[in-house]
Amino acid sequence: MLAKRIIPCLDVTHGRVVKGVNFVELKDAGDPVEIARRYNEAGADELTFLDITASSDDRDLILHIIEAVAAEVFIPLTVGGGVREVGDVQRLLNAGADKVSINTSAVMNPQLVKDASDRYGSQCIVVAIDAKRVGDHWEVFTHGGRKTTGLDAIDWAKKMESLGAGELLLTSMDRDGTKSGFDLELTRRISDAVDIPIIASGGVGNLQHLVDGVKEGRADAVLAASIFHFGEYGIDEAKKYMKQHGIEVRL
Amino acid sequence: MKADIAVIDYGMGNLRSVSKAIEHVAPAASVVVTSDPAIIAEAGRVVFPGQGAAPDCMREIDARGLRQVIIDAAHSKPFLGICMGMQVLFEHSEEGDTACLGILPGTVQHFPHEAMVDAAGNKLKVPHMGWNNVHQAAPHPLWVGIEEGARFYFVHSYFVQPTSPDVIAGFSHYPFPFTCAVATGNIFAVQFHPEKSQNDGLTLLGNFVTWNPGASETACDMSGAACA
Repeated sequence: MLAKRIIPCLDVTHGRVVKGVNFVELKDAGDPVEIARRYNEAGADELTFLDITASSDDRDLILHIIEAVAAEVFIPLTVGGGVREVGDVQRLLNAGADKVSINTSAVMNPQLVKDASDRYGSQCIVVAIDAKRVGDHWEVFTHGGRKTTGLDAIDWAKKMESLGAGELLLTSMDRDGTKSGFDLELTRRISDAVDIPIIASGGVGNLQHLVDGVKEGRADAVLAASIFHFGEYGIDEAKKYMKQHGIEVRL
Repeated sequence: MKADIAVIDYGMGNLRSVSKAIEHVAPAASVVVTSDPAIIAEAGRVVFPGQGAAPDCMREIDARGLRQVIIDAAHSKPFLGICMGMQVLFEHSEEGDTACLGILPGTVQHFPHEAMVDAAGNKLKVPHMGWNNVHQAAPHPLWVGIEEGARFYFVHSYFVQPTSPDVIAGFSHYPFPFTCAVATGNIFAVQFHPEKSQNDGLTLLGNFVTWNPGASETACDMSGAACA
C-alpha cells in the first residue's frame, strides 16, 4: 500500500541551512549536506530545500548544494525558491533535484507551470500555494504571505493541476509558525478538489497534527520544519505514531 | 574509452540521480551518460532511464538515432529500464496513442479514473507518487538482498500490462495489482526509481552492475515465447 510521506523542509540561504537543526552531535548545524544525510538516515521519505537567498548573485550556491546532496542521498529531493523561468527548472534538475517547486512565479506567469511540465514532465513540477483565509474562503498570497493575489485558493489549485502540476505544496499562512496544526478544512477542500497529491504544510506543533493532516485533511504527504529541526520529535518517532493511528508509513 | 555502464541520455529528465547512484554502488566502474550510439553499442551494460511523456520519449529517441542501438542492447547485454525506460520497451502506450519500441509484448495504460478508490472509499491520487510495497513475483538475481514487500519510490500515471505473465518479476498495488518489474533474458525493467529508493534501491542497482545473465537465459523477441 502506498505510504503517506513525511518531508522535512530545510530553509537555505547563502549555502547554509538557517533556523538551525538540532541533531545530536551534528558537527555543523548549517551544513545542508550533513543535515540531508542525517534526515536520510532517520527515514525521511523526501527532502525539500527552500532557497530563501534574497540576492540573485548567490543563487548558484543552491545548485552546488543540490549536487553535493544528490551524490550521496538517494531519496527524492525537491527544491523551491526563486524559480522564475524554465531555465531555472532545468538548472535545478541538472544539479540533481527531482522536483522543482514553483510559487510566486506561477502566479506571475502561470504559463511557466505549463511550459515546465510539458518539457520535463508533471512528475517534477510542484506548485506551492500559500493560502490565507479571507472571510468565507481562502486566497492565494505571494511574497511569503505579504501580498494577496485575489485568487481563490481552490480554483487556483484546480488551475495549476490543469496546467500540469504534478503535486501541490499547500501552506496555510494563517497557521505557519503557530504550532497549532494544519488548516485541516483548507487542506481537505483542496485535496478533494484535485486528483494530484497534496503536501500539507504550515502549523505542525506535535505528532497528532501530522495524523490529523492525513486523516482529516486527506493530505498525501506532510511537510514540517521546526518540530524535526529542533529535535522535538524524530522522523521515526513521527512515523511510529502515525502507524499507531492507522496510517500507512514507510518504516 | 569503452564504458562499463552507459546511461542512455535522450533528453528526458534528470539522469544525474541515476548516474550518481550507479557510481555510488560501482565506484570502480566507468559510468557514462551518453546519447552516442557507438558508446552505447560498446558499453558492457546499459541503463535506460526516462521521465516525461511517452510521445516525447519516442520522438527524442528517434531524433537522436537511438532506436536500433537500444533494441540491440536489450537483446545482447545486461539492460536495466527505469520508469519511462520500462514503459517504452512495450509495444504501445495509451499516453498520446504512442507506438513504442516493441521489445516486449504488451501495452501501457493509464490508471483508470473510476478504479482510483481505496478500500475505505478514499480517493487515490494520480500520479501514483511515493513509497509502495514491491512484491517479488519470481526470484531474480536483481532481487537478492531485498526483502519481499520492500518499499520503493514511484512516480507515474501509467503502468505496463505485459502480454505474457511470464515476464512479470514484481508487482505492486494501487489499488489493484499492477506490474512494476519485468524480467526476461538480459532485460530487467522497473516502474519505480531505484536511484531514489534509498538502501533497497542501491541494493538493486548494485545487483545490476554485477549481474551476469546466464548463458541459459536468452534475450526475448517479440514472440515472448522463449523467455524462461
